[in-house]
Amino acid sequence: MALSGENRPYLDHSMADYNFAYLDEQTKRMIRRAILKGLAIPGYQVPFASREMPMPYGWGTGGVQVTAAALTPDDTLKVIDQGADDTTNAVSIRKFFEKTAGVATTEETGQASVIQTRHRIPEEDLREDQILVYQVPIPEPLRFLEPSEVETRKMHSLEEYGLMHVKLYEDISRHGAIATAYAYPVKVEGRYVMDPSPIPKFDNPKMEMAAIQLFGAGREQRIYAVPPHTQVVSLDFDDYPFEASKADAPCDLCGAEDSYLDEVIMDDAGTRMFVCSDTDYCTGRRKAGHIGAQGTAFEEDAA
Amino acid sequence: MTPLLKVQNIQKLYGKRIGCTDVSFDLYPGEVMGIVGESGSGKSTLLNCLAGHLAPDAGEVMFDTRAEGMKDTVTMSEPERRMLSRTDWAFVHQHARDGLRMNVSAGGNVGERLMAVGARHYGDIRDQAIDWLGRVEIQESRVDDRPTQFSGGMQQRLQIARNLVTGPRLVFMDEPTGGLDVSVQARLLDLLRGLVREMGLSAIIVTHDLAVVRLLADRLMVMKDGHVVETGLTDQVLDDPQHAYTQLLVSSVLQV
Ligand SMILES: Nc1ncnc2c1ncn2[C@@H]1O[C@H](COP(=O)(O)OP(=O)(O)OP(=O)(O)O)[C@@H](O)[C@H]1O
Ligand SMILES: [Mg+2]
Ligand SMILES: [Zn+2]
Repeated sequence: MALSGENRPYLDHSMADYNFAYLDEQTKRMIRRAILKGLAIPGYQVPFASREMPMPYGWGTGGVQVTAAALTPDDTLKVIDQGADDTTNAVSIRKFFEKTAGVATTEETGQASVIQTRHRIPEEDLREDQILVYQVPIPEPLRFLEPSEVETRKMHSLEEYGLMHVKLYEDISRHGAIATAYAYPVKVEGRYVMDPSPIPKFDNPKMEMAAIQLFGAGREQRIYAVPPHTQVVSLDFDDYPFEASKADAPCDLCGAEDSYLDEVIMDDAGTRMFVCSDTDYCTGRRKAGHIGAQGTAFEEDAA
Repeated sequence: MTPLLKVQNIQKLYGKRIGCTDVSFDLYPGEVMGIVGESGSGKSTLLNCLAGHLAPDAGEVMFDTRAEGMKDTVTMSEPERRMLSRTDWAFVHQHARDGLRMNVSAGGNVGERLMAVGARHYGDIRDQAIDWLGRVEIQESRVDDRPTQFSGGMQQRLQIARNLVTGPRLVFMDEPTGGLDVSVQARLLDLLRGLVREMGLSAIIVTHDLAVVRLLADRLMVMKDGHVVETGLTDQVLDDPQHAYTQLLVSSVLQV
């Protein structure tokens, strides 16, 4: 049920005309139908009529529309960009839903019921009562080698995926290894080959998760989905097996050995530091008393 | 012996214009059939109907499939037909760029068909690609170069390697030597003849170059205005043409 204007405390006057979560109910129903179809056919790209959103394409309009259709007033929303809650993109999308839906928001992965993400999967295992919404720039994994949409659709429908391996072959012949580090193609439930959006391949194994995963591409007008506990296999060669690689170092702030790291340059002298890209995960570990090589105890740091 | 391909009464119309009509013939394993005729006589239309690129308006194209024997490729399901075209069939286009992926390396181009039928060992795929490049006289050192860096003749040889790597049983070729310099043509023809003999390939070659059919084709089919006007053993047709049009063709008046 949509809340009335009076019940939405965060709503300023200019937003008062909008429906709950900005989109009108008919549009949300259309998007929900696409989501349900996507869940019924894991990895299949469902066309949908993408709407104009009050933000430019490339700012996650696909993800925003999927989130808008998935949100209920009781939800708690978390928005991350490259793992961080405090980047411009994440902040502006979070504010957008605070304003238009009046939902609670959080930075804590465990507290969120809906998480919209760009380029990362949270480190903390997600649960069955959570939904992860990905922002997708290019949904078609075959696009790189086959520009024709008619032809790629046919390839999907006939399961002709040899071309995906041509891409990996080219990678190895040029770089000596599969150099694809982001948007690493996967096969879902032994059927559809899917672009997991530009997450690092480190995150690929996490896609076999308990939560629902929804993918929205605004400009390309596609929605696809992976239901809970679905098989997701990263493509590879027998003699060049898939590896979920990351920087071979622990986090300098919290000492985590198992999290995906960003390399940060600290000063003009080029001093480097590895830190968790998932800021909530890092903070949580530091709160729990873990300290990395260049880290300090959490209370001190916050002061 | 069962024919590999049994073509019956194939017709393709473009609106009211005849593309080709009433074409029937059998092709036996190991046989090379040449199709000649002037520009617009329906050669490409016929070839594309046989190879499943165009749907004929009438007729049957029976192919001796491995699994189920003689089967009409016109009425079989699209997945089945597409599977044939990347396993048992090969198609060599006149323009290499229609038959190659120009933004993929030579090795990737040759390897594609292997990967399409399930090859998943990089080292094996690459070894086979290099072996095939050698067979079409392209140096191993060019395996990672893109076709855009190749000459026209090399592109055509690469296209042939890409097509033959999975050991097809039937090769369709549309003007495989068209658009190439005469000296380059001769080398390509030699190469093709060698491969056809060595692999015992069955092939249907469309050309309007009589030298090509003399060298490669066992049998010849002459087309005019969409109709077959004469067929027979290549040497017989060329040395003793029966139909007035063939006589004209052979007397080189119509040769381009
Ligand atoms: N797509 C098309 N639409 C309409 N008419 C076509 C089409 N393709 C071919 N035709 C016509 O069908 C006839 C046969 O053409 P086709 O291309 O098969 O000839 P061809 O023998 O291959 O000629 P060429 O030697 O020039 O390649 C011609 O009259 C041609 O104009
Ligand atoms: Mg032609
Ligand atoms: Zn950390």
